Amino acid sequence: MKKTIDEIEKIRWERRSDLDLRVNRNTPNTQRHILVCNGTGCTSSKSPKIMEKLEQLIKEKNIENVRVIKTGCFGLCSKGPILIVRPEDTFYSLVKIEDCDEIINSHILGGQIVQRLLTKDLNGNIVNKLDELPFYKKQKRIVLKNCGLINPEDIEEYIAFDGYKALIKVLSSMSRDEVVEEVSKSGLRGRGGAGFPTGKKWSFVKAEEENQKYVVCNADEGDPGAFMDRSVLEGDPHTIIEAMTIAGYAIGANQGYIYVRAEYPIAVKRLEIAIKQARDYGLLGQNILNTEFSFDIDIRLGAGAFVCGEETALLESIEGKRGQPRLKPPYPAHSGLWGKPTLINNVETYANITQIILNGSEWYSSIGTETSKGTKVFALGGNVNNVGLVEVPMGTTLREIIYDIGGGIPNGREFKAAQTGGPSGGCIPKQYLDTQIDYESLKAIGSMMGSGGLIVMDDTKCMVNIAKFYLEFTVSESCGKCTPCRIGTKRMLEILEKICDGRGNEHDIEKLKVLADSIVKSSVCGLGQTAPNPVLSTMKYFMDEYEEHVKDHKCKAKECKNLTQIEIDPEKCKGCDLCKKSCPVQAISGEIREIHTIDQNKCIKCRTCLQACPFKAIH
Amino acid sequence: MIKLTIDNIPVEVQEGTTILEAARLVNINIPTLCFLKDINEYGNCRMCIVEVEGRNNFATSCIQKCEEGMVVHTHTKKVMDARKMVLDLTLSNHHKDCLTCVRSGNCELQKLAIQYNVKEIEYAGEQSEHTVDDKSPSIVRDFNKCVLCKRCVATCKNVQDIGAIEATNRGFESCISTACDASLNDVDCTFCGQCIMSCPVGALREKDSTEEVWKMIHNPELFTIVQTAPAVRVALGEEFGYPIGTNVKGKMVTALRRLGFDKIFDTNTGADFTIMEEANEFVERISNGGTMPMMTSCCPAWVRFAEKNYPDLLEHLSSCKSPHQMFGGVLKSYYAKVNNIDPAKIRVISVMPCIAKKFERTREEMESDNIRDVDSVITTRELARMIKQHDIEFSELEETEFDNPMGEASGAAAIFGVTGGVMEAALRTAADVLEGKDLGRIDYEAVRGKEGIKKATVTVAGKEIKIVVASSLKNARIIMEEIRNGKADYDFVEIMACPGGCIMGGGQPIKSSKQRATIDIHKLRSDSIYTIDEKSTFRKSHQNPAIIKIYDEFLKKPCGELAHKYLHTEYKEEPKYNI
Repeated sequence: MKKTIDEIEKIRWERRSDLDLRVNRNTPNTQRHILVCNGTGCTSSKSPKIMEKLEQLIKEKNIENVRVIKTGCFGLCSKGPILIVRPEDTFYSLVKIEDCDEIINSHILGGQIVQRLLTKDLNGNIVNKLDELPFYKKQKRIVLKNCGLINPEDIEEYIAFDGYKALIKVLSSMSRDEVVEEVSKSGLRGRGGAGFPTGKKWSFVKAEEENQKYVVCNADEGDPGAFMDRSVLEGDPHTIIEAMTIAGYAIGANQGYIYVRAEYPIAVKRLEIAIKQARDYGLLGQNILNTEFSFDIDIRLGAGAFVCGEETALLESIEGKRGQPRLKPPYPAHSGLWGKPTLINNVETYANITQIILNGSEWYSSIGTETSKGTKVFALGGNVNNVGLVEVPMGTTLREIIYDIGGGIPNGREFKAAQTGGPSGGCIPKQYLDTQIDYESLKAIGSMMGSGGLIVMDDTKCMVNIAKFYLEFTVSESCGKCTPCRIGTKRMLEILEKICDGRGNEHDIEKLKVLADSIVKSSVCGLGQTAPNPVLSTMKYFMDEYEEHVKDHKCKAKECKNLTQIEIDPEKCKGCDLCKKSCPVQAISGEIREIHTIDQNKCIKCRTCLQACPFKAIH
Repeated sequence: MIKLTIDNIPVEVQEGTTILEAARLVNINIPTLCFLKDINEYGNCRMCIVEVEGRNNFATSCIQKCEEGMVVHTHTKKVMDARKMVLDLTLSNHHKDCLTCVRSGNCELQKLAIQYNVKEIEYAGEQSEHTVDDKSPSIVRDFNKCVLCKRCVATCKNVQDIGAIEATNRGFESCISTACDASLNDVDCTFCGQCIMSCPVGALREKDSTEEVWKMIHNPELFTIVQTAPAVRVALGEEFGYPIGTNVKGKMVTALRRLGFDKIFDTNTGADFTIMEEANEFVERISNGGTMPMMTSCCPAWVRFAEKNYPDLLEHLSSCKSPHQMFGGVLKSYYAKVNNIDPAKIRVISVMPCIAKKFERTREEMESDNIRDVDSVITTRELARMIKQHDIEFSELEETEFDNPMGEASGAAAIFGVTGGVMEAALRTAADVLEGKDLGRIDYEAVRGKEGIKKATVTVAGKEIKIVVASSLKNARIIMEEIRNGKADYDFVEIMACPGGCIMGGGQPIKSSKQRATIDIHKLRSDSIYTIDEKSTFRKSHQNPAIIKIYDEFLKKPCGELAHKYLHTEYKEEPKYNI
């Protein structure tokens, strides 16, 4: 049934009092909600089964006043499956199906928190509540505000937490110019990576005199290790729908497309549900909320080509063509989808819009740095204790993210570099750990914001090998349209392989530089123009490693097998024989309680013995 | 008007002009590889990059429109180095068998490599390996030489609206492929050969028939008859340095004689047969309520297109064989009989501006009395290669005439080589037949020129006849859709698969992207064809004495029993894909 504005407000009021316990700890414990993460991470570790089990137990035991709620991602993915019991805010991690009985019996029925399922901070102290976790303390959630809070498949829960309030405000009290103006003044910049001022983009498309315009949401998140956009779509799909509708109103479009990769089945399903609900409630379609404004959204699935995250390749793909970039200019704002003016923003960019409209541009621009406003979501991964999704104000330092939020480097290893910006970005070395993150500062140190992948690397990582990894990605994801990217990146990879194989010479480093520079300058699109960045940035900060590879034929980090010897330190070896037993090729010899040795001719450098040695005698 | 400077030269251009075009206006040449004017303007290859002051990256001059105040540099060290890098990379993944490549000397990549002094490949590495597709009788595709410029893809899609080929896979693995990577023989390719004309390198080429022709010539048991299509004579000279469109008929005939063919005949004579048959078929259809509109059938790529795409409309196609097939039939029957030659020992070789004719020759119905009409087809390019192979100084040859009696032809036959020509030739005869008298000189100007679709209404014997002439398969499809949807009331339809007709056929000399962008090749060749028509003694097929004689002595009457046996054919539905 299509709703009027008054009806939406009524739903908001009614449902909000229902859901108040989710945010208000002081709500009397007469009702409880068990929030179960149903993001991709927790789903793959069986959180839907846990939900089922909990529901079954509640039914069997005739427990009233307890509901099990499906939510999006809480962020601390390495601790999943995660359950949160509200209003008391108990944070259960690494929950198994077998734990459900205890949670119900002890916690829900007995009022006793299951201590063993609580998580610990780095000092080993048990943490009861979510917001006591250091992981959450320095975060500021604007984009992710509903993720982990609401059921993404229930539009009324979204409405209860200020959902579609921004749209109502826009449609009932703001002119199109005022909307664009508000977005401009907020200082919001594109979260897809390049950081183009969002308000400016909106104003360009608005200024186009054309009857047919389009709003497109780029949800083709493709950087290795990045899952920010996926989590927003899985946890809070309506915020994207609402923001796109506001954008449609502002620029004068009546149709939107969400281009989302088919590898995100949960996100796709929740988007489909959300779009249907929005249509049913009259929040999409003809005469939205009984106004003159009409707007609808359709989903287009991408087939997993990284290059389709490039806006013009994305447009080609929506049009049903091979996903290859177009040359710019003309920019999509002028000539985009089917040649019509098109606004393309990324998921995270849209996820800021409703908050800007509701809280005002002044509020938004008070967060962040001089040039970069608001927050940024990072998918924190690699050699860091807390792997997951974090949202921090712009200007937060890398050190704060990696150490305070991420909990530092595991296994007592040293920090070596942080990779931001995915295959287009670069590696940031130790000396820049205190850099305040924003678009400009990251660019200045040879990396880029990118979409938000942040991969931490410890001192066991070889930077030449890392560069090779990213090049492998680019080579396989290049669309093949232009020569420098199609063949040039392949040749770069071949040179890197040569260096890592121990066949490199000093001339190769020079060749690599010349070729990288040429690819940057002459490729058609952003993918090619930035593809050499991982090589250029590692060359800038870790040239000693490249030189070590080609001059001394050594790999300090011992990742490049041909340049590595696995050795047993006779000082530390106790002759326990465990390494010998673990070796798959019988390369280790030595009697019990005597010092063992490795036959280098037999060793395949699989490093199994390193794990097996209890005395850290092998390196 | 927009003002900018290119290499310090002030230039003033219309809005919308690209940097490449603007540079050409002031005689500054910017190299290109993937660019094909109006057809492939995507900036893939990166050869045409230039520096624009105030920009970090290079601009793509083939697409980038000129802007007011732009300062462009086309040959700075940076640009030259980047272009050399592009060439180095391109060549690093290209089979560099230039010595044996058919395009050697006429290869845009080779020319650029020489121009940019690429002596060795700095960035050598893995090379893609592809199987050569030579299954079809017409076309060979060798992607080991492909430079991924996509000129062929754009031509097939944008010019012909076929889309038989497209890029597949990603990155270094990218290649141009067909549906399910099948042979071109087994997909919706029509063998028009326009992709070959677009290919800057040797990745697409005609199936070479010169070796089999040499064998026929050198076999003393065989009686070899060569025939040359109307469009060949106005293009062959280009392979020997003559200006585009020069009519080298006399030298061509002499060269053919020197190559060792026993008889040199003119396919134009065959075209006169075609007109006799087709004009009479038209008169019969229009008078007796036959299937209308009638469509021409002398273009084998068009016939293949119709069989694959419009099987429901095949009744509309004239049952006439194409001129060289008709001529082959007559040579092996009438000519063999009159000259007492065993038809089994005659070999008819057609020199055509077309690669689809190679396929047409192999169609099973193209024979009579178990004797094939035509035994081999070579293109204009292959003939040029044979002449060069024979060490003939073409320019120094004396001019001679075709052998008789089969060397005589009308002006109507000559214009078969251009779009609109078959229509005009047929109307000249049909008008006389319908009126029952010689109407004197009538030219049908409305069907001349290179426009893709030309429509007109002509009055013949008091009847209004609606005609339409289309060239290129994209335009053919437009007309066919009109007819299929009942939105057209044409009487007579001429279709040629190649844009502009046979003079622009897939077997003609290959022109560079720059020549195609800056010279009106169609006009030069077409003017030459109409000059031949102008100078002809007879301008109507039915007035050709050779034709009159053969009908008198052998065929008896147009569309008669014998004519049907030797000069007509039939069509059948072809699956679009044989995968």
